Amino acid sequence: MNTKNTLVSINNIVKHFDISGGMLDQLQFKNFKPQLKKTTVKAVNNVSLEIRKGETLSVVGESGCGKSTLARVVMGLYPPNSGKILYNGARIDNLTHKQMLPFRKKMQMIFQDPYASLNPRKTVQQTLEEPLRFHNPKISNKDIQKKVERVMEQVGVDPLWIKRYPHEFSGGQRQRISIARGLILDPEFIVADEPVSALDVSIQAQILNLLMKAGRERQLTYLFITHDLSVVRHISTRVAVMYLGTLCELAKARDLFDTPQHPYTKALLSAIPVVGENQAKHIKLKGEVPTPVNLPAGCVFHARCVYADDRCTNQVPELRTLDNGTCVACHAVEENQISV
Amino acid sequence: MSHLLNVEDLEVKFALRFGDITAIDGISFSLDKGEKLGLVGESGAGKSVTGFSIINLISKPGFISKGRITFEGNEISAYSDSKMRQIRGDRISMIFQDPMMTLNPVFTIGMQMTEVLMAHRKMSKGQARKIALEKLKKVYIPSPEKRLAQYPHELSGGMRQRIIIAISLLTDPAIIIADEPTTALDVTIQAEIMDLLQELCESDNMALILITHDLGVVSQVTEKIAVMYAGKIIEYGPTDQIVKHPVHPYTEGLIKSIPGTVIKPGEDLVQIPGMMPTLTNIPQGCAFNPRCYLKEDICTTATPELKQKNGAMAACHMK
Repeated sequence: MNTKNTLVSINNIVKHFDISGGMLDQLQFKNFKPQLKKTTVKAVNNVSLEIRKGETLSVVGESGCGKSTLARVVMGLYPPNSGKILYNGARIDNLTHKQMLPFRKKMQMIFQDPYASLNPRKTVQQTLEEPLRFHNPKISNKDIQKKVERVMEQVGVDPLWIKRYPHEFSGGQRQRISIARGLILDPEFIVADEPVSALDVSIQAQILNLLMKAGRERQLTYLFITHDLSVVRHISTRVAVMYLGTLCELAKARDLFDTPQHPYTKALLSAIPVVGENQAKHIKLKGEVPTPVNLPAGCVFHARCVYADDRCTNQVPELRTLDNGTCVACHAVEENQISV
Repeated sequence: MSHLLNVEDLEVKFALRFGDITAIDGISFSLDKGEKLGLVGESGAGKSVTGFSIINLISKPGFISKGRITFEGNEISAYSDSKMRQIRGDRISMIFQDPMMTLNPVFTIGMQMTEVLMAHRKMSKGQARKIALEKLKKVYIPSPEKRLAQYPHELSGGMRQRIIIAISLLTDPAIIIADEPTTALDVTIQAEIMDLLQELCESDNMALILITHDLGVVSQVTEKIAVMYAGKIIEYGPTDQIVKHPVHPYTEGLIKSIPGTVIKPGEDLVQIPGMMPTLTNIPQGCAFNPRCYLKEDICTTATPELKQKNGAMAACHMK
């Protein structure tokens, strides 16, 4: 892959969470002998991705597939169990807080719930000023005011409302303010974790337009986490599909929607309800998503896949690049068993 | 007259300290046997309150201030509480949004299912159990006998929503009101639940009122939709007609603001400026006028009535 164009590189990231609790919770008896057993949620398993400069890379998947965990690992909010995160070629996952500061300035995050992500006791002004003062201790009050006003205008919140508190705003406006907070330090890279999922359709369109406009004007790189596939199709350059902590498919947005390769991607795409189409011709999957506590052996999708054979239950498929640049991890695709 | 359910000029108010606010402002619609109706709108449009008021689940400070609801020829809006209880959860059942909240966590699935039949049909436990099993099979729950002894936390979200659907089917209702039944679920599970609801309506000739904000879901499942805005129905008619040729500027905006309907990827989505008014200050005239691109003087003074247009009804002065 062209490393010059890569802004963030995610290499073999593994993130497991220990949920076993205290010693008494871990205590189990095997053949009448007491032993301690740890229970871990295997949220992200060996995921590698390159995020290129200026692109919008979307990560999609159903709840529990590890997409938000991946975003948080990239941002340095969770330390990975193993693997590396490179930002512009520099490793950032093992840095101390102080070493991380210059990177934090360039990487910002926008969260899902604008009701929970803004401090209710801070005015808009305080919320927006804080990152500026923290990262530029010598900045003058005049510069701060100028910057805050400019960013508020950009996101479409009237600078006259600067002294108001979050509860005085609607959900859409709050999300605009949290976007403003993300933009105020002029970052290069923004991780948006379900930024429009909590909003109504008409407001959702406003926020998506705002994000796309900001992206164009500031040449931002987005890592966009969402479960809404119609949103993904609209905004993404490339799309990564995750299932149970594993990357199944990575493709250009158009290729993914026109010619999905992985059986899971196909099922997922067929489930989107489309306005104006009467009958859903959706592919039914067997069973349900297994828990990430006990991952299935082999391909994580095999129990629900119609193409699964012996090989799928034993051997983990590797991500392979096809002719059109799509990467897919599936034995059946590799063996040409699936007609597209 | 021969409609299964008829709602005429329904008005629901909430009594607040500073006076009454109108949540539902004179809406009318009807539902026939086996028909599927979608109530669409954004949060605060009054779609859930409409659903609740049909089975008189409006609790204080809310009350039905005007209008008539007739079901199978009887005026159920005038029923007493005890008489209503024979309809609610029996002839008309309801499915709620969050399958995690609807089931009682401390009782087994079996108890929660047989309870309904024992209360409504005065059945013995054994008979009730038999019907419960039959309904669980109907919603494709694997190994139903085992499920009866399980507690809700042992089941996944999709499975729970199926159980809730099975519960709503126990009494063979004539109407199911489903309030955002799949909003809390993933897309693949949403598709399964919607398929199931559709199949059940067809096999049992059951009517469905589907309350949702998702126009995609509505356009796949229902035959008729009512688009609500600020407590009023602003467009009402056959789903196909409305989705393909919306008349009201709000419906039009709502459809165009969904990515992938009209606009090509990467281009700006059509956006409706502003937001839904709060019920305490609904604009004069047409409630949509501050956000409308067709606005003229008349829109700020006179409230538009629903009128026939292109085979559907729309409330807009300009069309």
